[in-house]
Amino acid sequence: MDEYALIMRHEDGMKVASPEQLQIWMKQTMDWIGGIAAQNKFVSGTGLPFENARVVDSRKMVTNGPFGDIKETIGGLIVVRAASVEEAVEFAKGCPVLQGDGNTVEVRKIAKDDGIH
Amino acid sequence: MPRTDSQLLPHLFRTEFGKITSVLAKHFHLRHIEVAEDIASETFLEAAETWPYHGVPENPTAWLYAVAKNKARNALKRISLFEEKIKSELNAPTDISAWDEIDLSADGIQDSQLRMLFALSHPALPPESQVALCLRILCGFGIDEIASAFLTNKETINKRLVRAREKLRTEKLTLDLPDESALVSRLDNVLTTLYLLFSEGYYSETRSALVDEDLCEEAIRLAKILVEVKSTNLPQVHALLALMYFQSSRLKARIGSDGDVVLYHHQDESLWNREYISLGGYHLNLASTGNRLTKYHLEASIAFWHTVREDTKEKWESILQLYNRLLQLEYSPIAALNRTYALSKANGLEEAIAEAQKLQLTTNRYYHSLLGELHGTIDTRKALAYFSEALRLSKSPAEKTSIEKKIDALQRRPAAIKR
Repeated sequence: MDEYALIMRHEDGMKVASPEQLQIWMKQTMDWIGGIAAQNKFVSGTGLPFENARVVDSRKMVTNGPFGDIKETIGGLIVVRAASVEEAVEFAKGCPVLQGDGNTVEVRKIAKDDGIH
Repeated sequence: MPRTDSQLLPHLFRTEFGKITSVLAKHFHLRHIEVAEDIASETFLEAAETWPYHGVPENPTAWLYAVAKNKARNALKRISLFEEKIKSELNAPTDISAWDEIDLSADGIQDSQLRMLFALSHPALPPESQVALCLRILCGFGIDEIASAFLTNKETINKRLVRAREKLRTEKLTLDLPDESALVSRLDNVLTTLYLLFSEGYYSETRSALVDEDLCEEAIRLAKILVEVKSTNLPQVHALLALMYFQSSRLKARIGSDGDVVLYHHQDESLWNREYISLGGYHLNLASTGNRLTKYHLEASIAFWHTVREDTKEKWESILQLYNRLLQLEYSPIAALNRTYALSKANGLEEAIAEAQKLQLTTNRYYHSLLGELHGTIDTRKALAYFSEALRLSKSPAEKTSIEKKIDALQRRPAAIKR
């Protein structure tokens, strides 16, 4: 069993949602994660709030970010256990973030600490 | 509660055996734990032999303590003679000398039981041994009672106890409390042991109701020792206590008139123990401090919602979210199945059926019962197939009966006759 990170990307993190909409998203996300955990496939995860986000560039310049020029932002990530990348992709398909146009979930295998990867 | 003389001694055995053994164990050390147990047993035997002739002493407990002390002093003399001559170097490190005054005061007893609880929850001991030793040493259960608690025979329990006592010796376990830095993590082991002890009582299906109640009561009694001591009076202990009170509040309502298990929805609410429900609330309140959310917090909150009979949207949504978090913290098949049931109540049957089928618990009888339940109103044929599989996998007669009742009810439906 390998571990995969599911990285949720938002087209536009600044888009303001209504409190009701936020509540629905929250519930959907919690149910989505709960469903993965109920299959004993959940490893870890965290939301990444946009509030107080900063970007440090190569000149050590700090900007309030990651907005502005960058269109896509990372909204959160979870790590799941899966037998194959296909299984991890099936989990990703259930992610409520995908209800937003242009949003994506990136599926990446976690490098094993086995000296090969 | 007034007791007749014949009821008195068994009652005292249950309440005092563990106290005497724990206090004496300080002096004999864990490697001679069986000596402490023997002295406690002999004390009760002496009571059984003399009380019928001389009458029950005015203060029976004090009598027991005095006799136990005397016997202990004699035994200590014999052991120390032996050890001085043969293996004087064997003195295990402990802050209590064998010759200190044997302290059977309330404080002394509490301190001894706390130390014993930590020692018996040591990770070096396998979980089943921890629970068996707890029942024997701290709860004064006889071998028969432990065997029936574990649904096994006396021999198995005897072997388990012998191996566990051997482990106490070979691992050189002591009754010293862990220092402050290790206390919280070791406390987690203690809570696990108490949780196992409680579950053993609460989730069994084939035992007498009396044993179940005893096991649950003992788990509560031992957890209460922890909150009475300052260093272990912590939110997670209150959370476990809240869980145990909420769950035990339904113990009486769970048993039907012919000894069968009464499921939650059919329980007579007037049999729920209101005092326990409010004690659960009291401890859940005390658990709601600090910044560590344990599985006991989540399970206690779920148990709280089950003390609310009315099926509201809020109730099932709360239970679903609590299970979502519980599963992230610690997976268990039963939590996964319960979460799916809550999902059916909060989000609808269709979604729950789809999620249930992903659980891959096909060898679990509850998995098939759950799917049978979920299909009950929408597809009788499928529901029947699932319940038949559950029936095939179930072992206890009580469980078989309750599944057969469901199958019977489904077959009586007009929809089923048509097919």
